[in-house]
Amino acid sequence: MAIIEASGLARTFKSRKREVHAVRGVDLTVDEGEIVGFLGPNGAGKTTTLRMLTTLLRPTAGTATIAGADLLRDPVAVRRRIGFVPQAIGQTMGGTDNQAKVIEELLDQAALYRIGKAEGAARAGRLISQLDLSGLADRLVKTLSGGQRRRLEIALGLVHEPPLVFLDEPTTGLDPQSRSNLWDHIRKLRSDLGTTVFLTTHYLEEADALCDRVIIIDNGVTVAAGTPDELKRSISGDVVTLRVSGPAADAQELLGVQPIVRDVTFSEGDLRLTVEHGEEALPALLRVLDGAGITISSISLSRPTLDDVFLTLTGRSLRDDSHSAGPAGDPELATAAVAASEE
Amino acid sequence: MAFFSDTALLFRRHFRLLMREPAYIAFALMQPLLFLILFGPLLTKLPAATFGGSTSGDAWRFFVPGLLIQLALFGSTFVGFAIISDWRAGVIERFRVTPVSRIAIMSGRVLRDVVTLVIQGILLVLVGLAFGLRAPLGAVLISLGFIAVVAVGLASVSYAVALLLKSEDAFAPLVNTVVVPLVLLSGIMLPMTLGPGWLQGVARISPFRYIIDAMRSAFAGQYWNTIMLEGVAVAIGLAVICLYLGSRVFLRENA
Repeated sequence: MAIIEASGLARTFKSRKREVHAVRGVDLTVDEGEIVGFLGPNGAGKTTTLRMLTTLLRPTAGTATIAGADLLRDPVAVRRRIGFVPQAIGQTMGGTDNQAKVIEELLDQAALYRIGKAEGAARAGRLISQLDLSGLADRLVKTLSGGQRRRLEIALGLVHEPPLVFLDEPTTGLDPQSRSNLWDHIRKLRSDLGTTVFLTTHYLEEADALCDRVIIIDNGVTVAAGTPDELKRSISGDVVTLRVSGPAADAQELLGVQPIVRDVTFSEGDLRLTVEHGEEALPALLRVLDGAGITISSISLSRPTLDDVFLTLTGRSLRDDSHSAGPAGDPELATAAVAASEE
Repeated sequence: MAFFSDTALLFRRHFRLLMREPAYIAFALMQPLLFLILFGPLLTKLPAATFGGSTSGDAWRFFVPGLLIQLALFGSTFVGFAIISDWRAGVIERFRVTPVSRIAIMSGRVLRDVVTLVIQGILLVLVGLAFGLRAPLGAVLISLGFIAVVAVGLASVSYAVALLLKSEDAFAPLVNTVVVPLVLLSGIMLPMTLGPGWLQGVARISPFRYIIDAMRSAFAGQYWNTIMLEGVAVAIGLAVICLYLGSRVFLRENA
C-alpha cells in the first residue's frame, strides 16, 4: 500500500519581478515498508520537495496523501504521523540545542507530540538503547560526537513512532565508520519497527547500499524511479570487456550478430560489448566464441553505476555536484536568491 | 486546551535552557542595578522640584519606574537574537513539523521572557528601597504588571521580526534604531517637562510615555485618574497589536 502518493506537486517562489519554479511537477509513490532514496543535483528541487511533503512549505499546485492524510487539507494530521530529521549541515542544522541534555531533548519531543510523561520516558529509554546512546542521557548535546548527535536527531524523529520518517541527508558530514553504522540503524528502523524511510542523499553508494528504490529529480521534475539495478539496466546495460588471442575482427563480427549483444566496439585491443543482463550473457558469449575456436585471454563484466544513470538522465554527475556544493547551504534557496538578485 | 499546555511546555524548556547560562543571568541582573547605582545618585542632587516633588525621595519615585520601563524596553526587544540562533540550529523547523501549536513556539518564549523580566524588576525595586526609594506596595505591583504587559508585546514583535530577518547583522541595528529614540522620548532619565514644546509634542507619539506616566502616578500614590486609564489602555492596546502581528508571522506557512 502506498504511504506517500504525490502528483503534480509544484512550488513557485515569487521575487519582485520573477517567478522561480523550484519544483515544477513531482509525481512519486512510496509503498509501506520501503526505504526510498531521493536523488538530484543541487538546485533540482530536492529540499523544496521534502519541505512540501513534511508540511513546512505549502505547494502551489498538486496533491499528496501522506500516511493516509491529505497534505493540503489536514497538515496537522500529516505532522502527527510523520517523523522528520532535518539535514545537519548547511544553513540550518539538525534541530538539537547545544545546551540541552540528551534526555531532555527526547522528553520534550515526546511532550510536543502530546505523549504522556510515563510513556514518553519509556520511549526515550527505548530509543536511547536502540540508537546506541546509552550512557549519554545526561550529557549536554554540545558534548556529543557528530555521529552521536545525528543518532539523537534521528531518535527525535521517532519518538512518536511514526509509520513514515523523512531523513534529509542523514549521513552528510559523518566519517565513513559513523556512516555505515548509521546505515545499520536506518535498516533496523524498517526491520524492527516497520518504518517506511524516505531519505535524500548526496552519496550514490548510500543510495546503492541502503535504498530499495531510488527516485531522481532534475529541474524540479521527477525523471526516473526504480530499484538501483533497474535504473542501471535501463540506462546502458552491462559492459563486457574482453581480449582474444588472435584476430579481433573475426570475434567482433561474430559477436556483433548475437541477439543478446546490443553493441560492440573495438579499441586498444579490447572488445567492448554492451549487453542486457551481464551475468546471463557471459556464459552464452563464452560458448559462442568457444564454438568458433576463438580463445579468450581475458574477460570482465562491469555494470553501470548510479552515477552513470545520473549522468545520462540529468547531464550532470552527482559526484562533482556534492563537491562544488559542500556545506554551503540550502541549494534551492541559493538558486532562488541568485535568480532574485539577477534582476 | 492544547495551546496552553504547549505554551507551558515550551516555557519550561526555554526557562531550563536559560538557567544553564549563568553569565547571561548575571549580566541581565547587573544591568539595571548599574543604572540605579551609577546614575540614581546624580538625580537626587537635582532640585526635588525637577520631579514635581519636594524631597529627595521624589527623585527615586521618578527614577525607579523609568528604570523598570527601560529594563522592559531593552530586555524584551533584544530577545529576538535567541530565535535566530535557534532557527539556525534547526530547532524551529523541528518544532514546526510536530503537531505543537505554532503560536506556542512564540508564546512559550514570550512567557519565559516576561517571568525573567518580572524577577529582574523585583530585584531592581528591592535595591531601590535600599537606596532610599519609598513607594506603596500597590504601586510596585501595578508597575510590575505594566512592564509584564509591555514585555508580552515587545518580545512577540522581536521574535517575529528576527524570524523574518534571520540575520543578527540586520537585527541588531534595527532594534537599536527603534529602541534608543523610544527610551529617550519616554522621559526615563529626566522628566519630559524639562524639554521644549516640540520635544514634548514628539514624546506624545511614544506609547511608553503614557505607560511611564501611569506608573509614576501610582508611585505618587494616585491610582485612579485619567493618566492611569490612558496608561492601561495604551499598554493593553500595544500588547494586543504586537501579539497579533507576532502570531501572524509564526503562523505563516514558511517562516
